[in-house]
Amino acid sequence: MLYRENGQFKTSYAADQQILPIVQDRWFMAALLVFAFVVMPFIGSDYLFLSLVIPFLILAIAAIGLNILVGYCGQISLGTAAFMAVGAYAAYNLVIRVPQLNFLIVLVLAGLIAGLVGVLFGIPSLRIKGLYLAVATLAAQFFVDWMFARVKWFTNYSASGSVSPPPIEIFGWTVDTPVHKYLFVLGVAVVMTLMAKNLVRGHIGRGWMAIRDMDVAAEVIGIRPLKSKLSAFAVSSFYAGVAGALWGFIRLGAWEPLAFNVNLSLNLLFMIIIGGMGSLLGSYFGAAFIVILPLLLNQAPAWFGLPISTALASHLEAMIFGALIIFFLIVEPHGLARLWAIGKEKLRLWPFPH
Amino acid sequence: MSKLLKTRVTGMVAAGIAAGLLTLPATSFAQQKAAPAAKGEQFFPVLVYRTGAYAPNGTPWANGYVDYVKLVNAQGGINGVRIAYEECETGYATDRGVECYERLKTRPFVAAVQPLSTGITFALTDKAPTDKIPLITAGYGRADSVEGEAFPWNFPLMGTYWDAADILVQHVGKLNGGLDKLKGKKIALVYHDSPYGKEPIALLQERAKLHGFDLMLIPVTHPGVEQKAAWLQIRQNRPDYVFLWGWGVMNSTALREAVATGYPRDKMFGVWWAAAEPDVTPVAADAKGYQGLALQHGAGRAKVHEDVLKLVHDKGQGTGPRDEVGSVLYTRGLLSAMLQVEGVRQAQLRYGVQPLTGEQVRYGLENLNLDAKRLEALGVSTLMKPLATNCRDHAGARSARIQQWDGTKWGFVSDYYEADNQIIKPMIKTSSARYVAEKKLTMRSCADEISAAAPAAAKK
Repeated sequence: MLYRENGQFKTSYAADQQILPIVQDRWFMAALLVFAFVVMPFIGSDYLFLSLVIPFLILAIAAIGLNILVGYCGQISLGTAAFMAVGAYAAYNLVIRVPQLNFLIVLVLAGLIAGLVGVLFGIPSLRIKGLYLAVATLAAQFFVDWMFARVKWFTNYSASGSVSPPPIEIFGWTVDTPVHKYLFVLGVAVVMTLMAKNLVRGHIGRGWMAIRDMDVAAEVIGIRPLKSKLSAFAVSSFYAGVAGALWGFIRLGAWEPLAFNVNLSLNLLFMIIIGGMGSLLGSYFGAAFIVILPLLLNQAPAWFGLPISTALASHLEAMIFGALIIFFLIVEPHGLARLWAIGKEKLRLWPFPH
Repeated sequence: MSKLLKTRVTGMVAAGIAAGLLTLPATSFAQQKAAPAAKGEQFFPVLVYRTGAYAPNGTPWANGYVDYVKLVNAQGGINGVRIAYEECETGYATDRGVECYERLKTRPFVAAVQPLSTGITFALTDKAPTDKIPLITAGYGRADSVEGEAFPWNFPLMGTYWDAADILVQHVGKLNGGLDKLKGKKIALVYHDSPYGKEPIALLQERAKLHGFDLMLIPVTHPGVEQKAAWLQIRQNRPDYVFLWGWGVMNSTALREAVATGYPRDKMFGVWWAAAEPDVTPVAADAKGYQGLALQHGAGRAKVHEDVLKLVHDKGQGTGPRDEVGSVLYTRGLLSAMLQVEGVRQAQLRYGVQPLTGEQVRYGLENLNLDAKRLEALGVSTLMKPLATNCRDHAGARSARIQQWDGTKWGFVSDYYEADNQIIKPMIKTSSARYVAEKKLTMRSCADEISAAAPAAAKK
């Protein structure tokens, strides 16, 4: 009743091709953005911003990047955290060595450097596929870990190998309070998501999807696998690089290579599997599931006044979290984004399903 | 039927998720506001790890810390101000540690925070000045944070890793009949590949240059259960000494590998985090002869332990098992809590007997003066030497002894060593100056503060 598209006619190509063709969706998105940009800064607490929303948004950007590679282009990667690390250390070195650069430029350059490294490690994808490729990208993970731990230049010869960047400043605006950090990350996330949406619905994205569905057939209809695969690696690593820079500068404030270890790569892969492969919305759902749910589970016993020990609470957290992952994968193997789509389908017919 | 049921279930789940996502910010926001500590209490956040690869070492520390807080409360609080505390599990992971910190810092009257992880310390060092919450890192943390001018909020009380490495070199020098005899010797550092393990490298390199010994750096990746490659290197190169900078399961694994490689345990020296019961008991008799630093205290019970047993454990309030009381890491946790309590007590002298903010407690920590009489009164006189901090020295003490595992218990085999300030001080100066420049901060001036504080002290 509320969510019907009857009477919404598309009278031009532009109207037919817009990102959100249904008017209710547009209203919903507008309301969501107004809520996120205008209302949230006033009602959120520091904890909400720093520990839940900011990590959620940053990892959602990284998940979008991985989703472009895995979900849209069909190339499995276990090295996302490595590309995040490249982005983080690139941004750190740019800020330390070229202090007059604007942080926005630093962010873009960090993404581009990560993109280059991504292309380099994407070259094997031209020859190998599937699980073999996953193993090859795992090499990126270990190589990058090793490089940032051993090559002192990248950490500016820090005695402990841990780096700590100066505060972010953009046109005189110092991003230091939780609200400022939140707004900055949110802005980046919105721009990056819009970019990704336009990429995947254009000819580049169609090329990726053709490669994903069957690369031989794609080649036959004139899509060059070299270009498509490497561009997917480049774009994916660009996203990971930007997310890595944000993770280091805004979320952690000081980090060591361990912050970008293989666990983070696996977590990102879980995010897109649970959220939904080949869906940008799914990247957000997955990030929310992996980032926020464990923290809620960890704190839930205290809210209900259950006097259980810290150790038991974290064991329970791990157990319930694992069980939920299995539950969602069984109920809906296509991810939370698919559940969302089903929900929308139902809503169109509600309250008179046929 | 089943298809219908399935779609219905999935539809419900979808609706549930949607509802959950929409209400999530609201509920967690409400929760944050809904958990205040009772008015008039000083709040101690307790970052612990009772699970994961480092749990065997993290748990006794946490138990000692919490037991001491309970003891102070049982004795009526800090001059009558009770302590509220809450544990948060970090699992030794930096991002979870930061989350715990953000969760607990919102409470009123947070005194100070002790992360018990060098990685978390680095991340929180970045946040402490904005939040105005002091960071106590008793026996760990950044070595250069001793410099109070550059790190006003960090307190590496009782000594840093540079002190530890320095003392170990002094000790092996003494075994050889003088530091100059170390020329041409080989020393291997087997270290946890994290900020914690890398922290001593700078000092050891400095000392290696000075005395002409060879330094072999052998990293072990987290969590340290796989060390075959590291010990193969040791077997090939046969270093004269091995310094072990491990934590958690890495230490016992290293000792096992030493047994397997046939490396003499009495040539192995652990830092004070690698010289506790959980590190050697899994290897037990085979670890006999292994030596480690003692951060002033070793194992064994002092008067304060008797108090804990009487006022906490006998009342059924004990946090951990009773026979853990007096073990090395338990005592370290206990002393860590004690130092924080004394910081609050010192700050109360200036700001009055009431719950204090982190900023006020910072003053107390910077002006700690635990003399022999005070230690006696606290019941810890056998555990540590007098300790006094000031604006320029946030560690307060830099001495340690060597202890040896005889197969069943730890015992001291050396007298106190003092870390050599002539080597460490300039390193701290350079390193902290670089930190300040990199972070675009400004150094505060201790000279000004000391002269400003002098009249106030005279009045007291």
